Amino acid sequence: MTSADISILLPEIFLAVYAMGALLLAVYTGKDALASKIVWATVAAFVVASFWVAQNGEGTNVAFGGMIIDDAFARFAKVTILLSGAAVLAMSESYMSKRGLLRFEYPILVTLASVGMMVMVSAGDLMALYMGLELQSLALYVVASLRRDSARSTEAGLKYFVLGALSSGLLLYGASLTYGYAGTTLFSGIVDAAGHGELSLGLLFGLVFLITGLAFKVSAVPFHMWTPDVYEGSPTAVTAFFATAPKVAAMGLFARVMFDAFGGVIGDWGQIVALLSVLSMFLGGIAAIGQRNIKRLMAYSSIAHMGFALMGLAAGTIGGVQAMLIYMAIYVTMNIGTFAFILSMERDGEPVTDIGSLNMLSRKEPGKAFAMLVLLFSLAGVPPLVGFFGKFYVLTAAVDAGLAWLAVAGVIASVIGAFYYLRIVFYMYFGEDRDGIDGQMAPAAWVCLMGSAAIMVLGVINLFGVDGFALAAAETLVN
Amino acid sequence: MTASDVIFYMFSTTVILAGLFTVISRNPVHSVLWLILAFLSSAGLFVMLGAEFVAMLLVIVYVGAVAVLFLFVVMMLDVDFAELKAGMAQYLPLALLIGIVILMQLGMAFGVWQFSEGATDRIAAAAPAASEVHNTKALGLLIYDDYILLFQLAGLILLVAMIGAIVLTLRHRTHVKRQDILRQMYRDPAKALELKDVKPGQGL
Amino acid sequence: METIILFAPLVGSIICGFGWKFIGEYAAQWVATGLLFLAAFLSWIVFLGFDGTTQQIEILRWVESGSLSTEWAIRLDRLTAIMLIVVTTVSSLVHLYSFGYMAHDENYREGEVYRPRFFAYLSFFTFAMLMLVTSDNLVQMFFGWEGVGVASYLLIGFYYRKPSANAAAIKAFVVNRVGDFGFALGIFALFFMVDSIRFDDVFQAAPELAERELSFLWTSWNAAELIAFLLFVGAMGKSAQLLLHTWLPDAMEGPTPVSALIHAATMVTAGVFLVCRMSPLMEFAPNATAFITVLGATTAFFAATVGLVQNDIKRVIAYSTCSQLGYMFVAAGVGVYSAAMFHLFTHAFFKAMLFLGAGSVIHGMHHEQDMRNYGALRHKMPYTFWAMMIGTLAITGVGIPLTHIGFAGFLSKDAIIESAWGAQSVSGNYAFWLLVIAACFTSFYSWRLMFLTFYGERRGDKHTHEHAHESPMVMVAPLGVLALGAIFAGMIWFKPFFGDHEDVNKFYGVPVHAEADAAHGESDSHAEAAATEAHGTETASDDATETGHEAAADTHGVAADGWTIGSGAIYTSPDNHVMDAAHDAPKWVKVSPFIAMLIGFLMAFQFYIRRPDLPGKLAENQQLLYQFLLNKWYFDEIYDFVFVRPARWLGGFLWRRGDGAVIDGTINWVAMGLIPFLTRLAGRAQSGYLFHYAFAMVLGIAILITWMSIGGGAH
Repeated sequence: MTSADISILLPEIFLAVYAMGALLLAVYTGKDALASKIVWATVAAFVVASFWVAQNGEGTNVAFGGMIIDDAFARFAKVTILLSGAAVLAMSESYMSKRGLLRFEYPILVTLASVGMMVMVSAGDLMALYMGLELQSLALYVVASLRRDSARSTEAGLKYFVLGALSSGLLLYGASLTYGYAGTTLFSGIVDAAGHGELSLGLLFGLVFLITGLAFKVSAVPFHMWTPDVYEGSPTAVTAFFATAPKVAAMGLFARVMFDAFGGVIGDWGQIVALLSVLSMFLGGIAAIGQRNIKRLMAYSSIAHMGFALMGLAAGTIGGVQAMLIYMAIYVTMNIGTFAFILSMERDGEPVTDIGSLNMLSRKEPGKAFAMLVLLFSLAGVPPLVGFFGKFYVLTAAVDAGLAWLAVAGVIASVIGAFYYLRIVFYMYFGEDRDGIDGQMAPAAWVCLMGSAAIMVLGVINLFGVDGFALAAAETLVN
Repeated sequence: MTASDVIFYMFSTTVILAGLFTVISRNPVHSVLWLILAFLSSAGLFVMLGAEFVAMLLVIVYVGAVAVLFLFVVMMLDVDFAELKAGMAQYLPLALLIGIVILMQLGMAFGVWQFSEGATDRIAAAAPAASEVHNTKALGLLIYDDYILLFQLAGLILLVAMIGAIVLTLRHRTHVKRQDILRQMYRDPAKALELKDVKPGQGL
Repeated sequence: METIILFAPLVGSIICGFGWKFIGEYAAQWVATGLLFLAAFLSWIVFLGFDGTTQQIEILRWVESGSLSTEWAIRLDRLTAIMLIVVTTVSSLVHLYSFGYMAHDENYREGEVYRPRFFAYLSFFTFAMLMLVTSDNLVQMFFGWEGVGVASYLLIGFYYRKPSANAAAIKAFVVNRVGDFGFALGIFALFFMVDSIRFDDVFQAAPELAERELSFLWTSWNAAELIAFLLFVGAMGKSAQLLLHTWLPDAMEGPTPVSALIHAATMVTAGVFLVCRMSPLMEFAPNATAFITVLGATTAFFAATVGLVQNDIKRVIAYSTCSQLGYMFVAAGVGVYSAAMFHLFTHAFFKAMLFLGAGSVIHGMHHEQDMRNYGALRHKMPYTFWAMMIGTLAITGVGIPLTHIGFAGFLSKDAIIESAWGAQSVSGNYAFWLLVIAACFTSFYSWRLMFLTFYGERRGDKHTHEHAHESPMVMVAPLGVLALGAIFAGMIWFKPFFGDHEDVNKFYGVPVHAEADAAHGESDSHAEAAATEAHGTETASDDATETGHEAAADTHGVAADGWTIGSGAIYTSPDNHVMDAAHDAPKWVKVSPFIAMLIGFLMAFQFYIRRPDLPGKLAENQQLLYQFLLNKWYFDEIYDFVFVRPARWLGGFLWRRGDGAVIDGTINWVAMGLIPFLTRLAGRAQSGYLFHYAFAMVLGIAILITWMSIGGGAH
């Protein structure tokens, strides 16, 4: 343990210390009265940490005997995680305080979850992976049932917890099989032991169990069942958080494990990931059609989107990882905007989630409705919006990797998926004129909605250079 | 077959059987007791490996604290386990089928198990041999030196668990009467009481 | 300057079509017309000042795809120069004429603005036609080819309220598609064989193509023959040759200026132009050219017979056009391309004039088109009468036999008939006799038209006759200009088109001895040119002492480095002596068309001036023949039975069964049946029970590890 090791991990340490400091401060002073200030302080801390991460690192650094890897890939994922976390926190502040849910523990738990995510994406060891994963998951279980007086919220937290525990068990089982075969938990050791080509059956099972645990976290079919229930039951602000940062972290971890620990046997896990991808895309698209609750709908939407991101991973190439990272960055941006809108959906002060309540929104709120239209088109992947380019990158990567069938399936699934996005647009612009929503948007949420819609339009010029960073990140991961 | 082999198989058989009975016994209290047996047997296995410290921790922490807490919870909560079990029976055939399939697969995997080149050496090299160092020292070296990061992360996880428990359960109730010892002590009967002489036939 | 010629009509079209709201209706028309006159003026400068050397003027790079590389360029040679003046002159005169003709149109309601649109279409057509004739490669040509097709469609259907006009427009478009399909196939085949569609490359590859085979349909063909044939199919469609001619008479539904411009003078001659343009290729395809000759002669004969009995004034002229186009194809088919171009050139003048004259009559007679309702109009509209008279004299070929003095048609038509005789082949003889007979018929129906319209008694509606009037000056003036052309064009340009060999070669920029590159004086190129010249003066130099002669004969016209095939506007192979043979034709051959013309005239005179009751009697006596001719040999009916009805049935079948039941049905089933079913299924799976969820996960694992252990290839 040297100071060099610590310096690499400084942003995480900074956030952890900040979380503990804020906890002490709040407990011994104003408690929940301070909550609002802590939220904004956390937002600031996230932004600072993200710039720190972005500026600080250079090249690939290894710390703690290989347990922590700080490379371009980790930095890309960390910046995405932190910025999306900051955005979600900022826009959820007014929602939470209006509903009396804003407790000072909320931002602190989110901070600790983010620390866990940062550890996840830079994990270089199965144990570090597990620690990061559990730190993240445990915090999320708690925030899912933050509205403890609501049966649905409690149920959501409990379901998430139990199934998460099951998935953690599977992951650990896979990790122990892997350790048993390789004799080490370091990814670098595992990749040497696994070698190239043929896998031992034990290691193969270890791999399958590891994938299972990770697939649960990215909510890939058939390990997705928790997603709709948890998304629906959790407070909307928490749902927004679930849909963004943890997904990036889980995808990042997925890619990290697959390439760093099993980079020699891409063919073996590639087909599993491809299967998960195609199942997720189709189930996400098909099941969402039946939903009228927008939160459940977004849950299925995220399942489908994860399917597309997994397609990039399944390609197993630099282009595939790059596409996956771009896709995740775009996905997160779109979801922030969409959830900023969902947070503002209320009637007579009560939140509503039925998509029927959006009828003829274009007449009452043309600006918001248009921003939503852009976002929904982008989610559906309609050119020339940015969402299309995300899909385009992924499909290209799949075709280049010889997975043309997967790309074709993806196109079909996205056609099916377009239906439910467009149905919302239909309600907003051509629906019957009924009781609609009447809520006012908080300024932060408004900025998030409009900003994300603007990015969807303006990003078509050069994607704000994200593709370059993603390429650099992918190159460090795949070799 | 040496004596240590006999003892090993005895303990391991006990662990597996106790685990099985934990799952299938009808009475939840019995389940916890079976669990305690499993813990104890595991502790025995640890002793055989030369890890006395871990064995004792297992007995003290898991048996002494965790399992007893379980017992309290099980006895305090009024859960109709019989009903839950009845539901289980309904799915048993299918569950059994899948269980057997997975078991067979894993059996195959262990049947042809092979270590990667140098795996056993690497496993052995992770910690010094039990005969050379004290258990506690070896653990200390690992936890506080090699794996300090993981240790700290585990600490963070426990912190989150603690926060979570408080967040989800602590309620600040207003209008609750609490005992305030100091106030009780400093209370002056002379100020608290006032004697009035009330004449018969008159009110205040 | 060439660029200005090319783009002036386009600019005019755009300004007129889109800008009339800003600059006013009349200003818009004048802009379009003015720009066309400018183009015509410049064209004449180009034509008269042109020295015969092929020039290429690149405008922009156009298509770059693989080995297909195409510039958008103007290829300026004699053929282009001729077409430039034909197109721009007739077009500008038609523009002017339209001021009068389109002034009040009953097909449009009061206050509706249609004139700028009409002028815009006309100008657009002119642009497309210029694109066609100036093209430097086949793709560009195809672009112009389709452009004129579109313009033709728009203009035939200009009276869109008339169902018959719409039907005619669609018919023209569809029939042309058949021809265009052949044309497109020809282009594909050329690109396939030569790997280029630029004319220069194609022409140089022509001798080689004659040696190669190309599989097409069920067997393999000689590449040059096949390509020449396919290109000719395109020409057949555009130039209304037999089998694909049915659209032309119906196209008369369009306004008369359109008929004059598109369906007489310019667009329909595009096919002839194509064959002449591809002369280097045609020269190596003797069978294909024989086919062209036979088909052209048959068309000339067929159209002339049908023309004999038509009553609609425009239809008569339409069949006449069809027939004259047949003449041109005969000339091209026998290898005298310059004669074909000659007739194309003169025909443009007199046929445009006939149409415009007919339009003037129609205009004066309040849109009455049936000749049976005319009569004795020569006093009512004297200018029109004299114009029509000149046109008739020109088309029937009046002139002094055995000299080069006569109306334009006399010189050009005789040139073709002599060429057909000069070919000295079976197809040539066949063509010769049919053309002579057709000349007789031509004379008959042309005079019939004149007599029925301008002589005799007034027939039909009295009221109309009383109001019959001469057309305004804007309509008469173009007639005058065209009349000049109809009288003098033949005499002035006889020598360059059909004079002796040297003149023709010089005119078309085909290098002759003196012009061959001095640096290659001793090389094959020298010899080649010399050979060409030698063939022009004597039939063959059998024991040629110059090596060049042998080289020329051996290489069969393959050019070496000095000049290449196609560096002149047209190419005739060294073995092609048809023109000389034509010049040397016996006197009876040279006189025969004149005699045929006289017979036709006398018969018409007898039938319509002296004994006006004769035609009716003859029609009754020869009922079968009359009906056969009146119904245009029943081509429309046969096509209707063979093509249209089965196509309709097939279309209906595919629509109801194929599109409705299979495609829509499948999509509806997927969208309304399958997907909702799956959605319900997915919804049911989401039961909300924890153990179901956990079960799904375990099941997923079981499937994954089973799959991997069986199919994963591990051990």
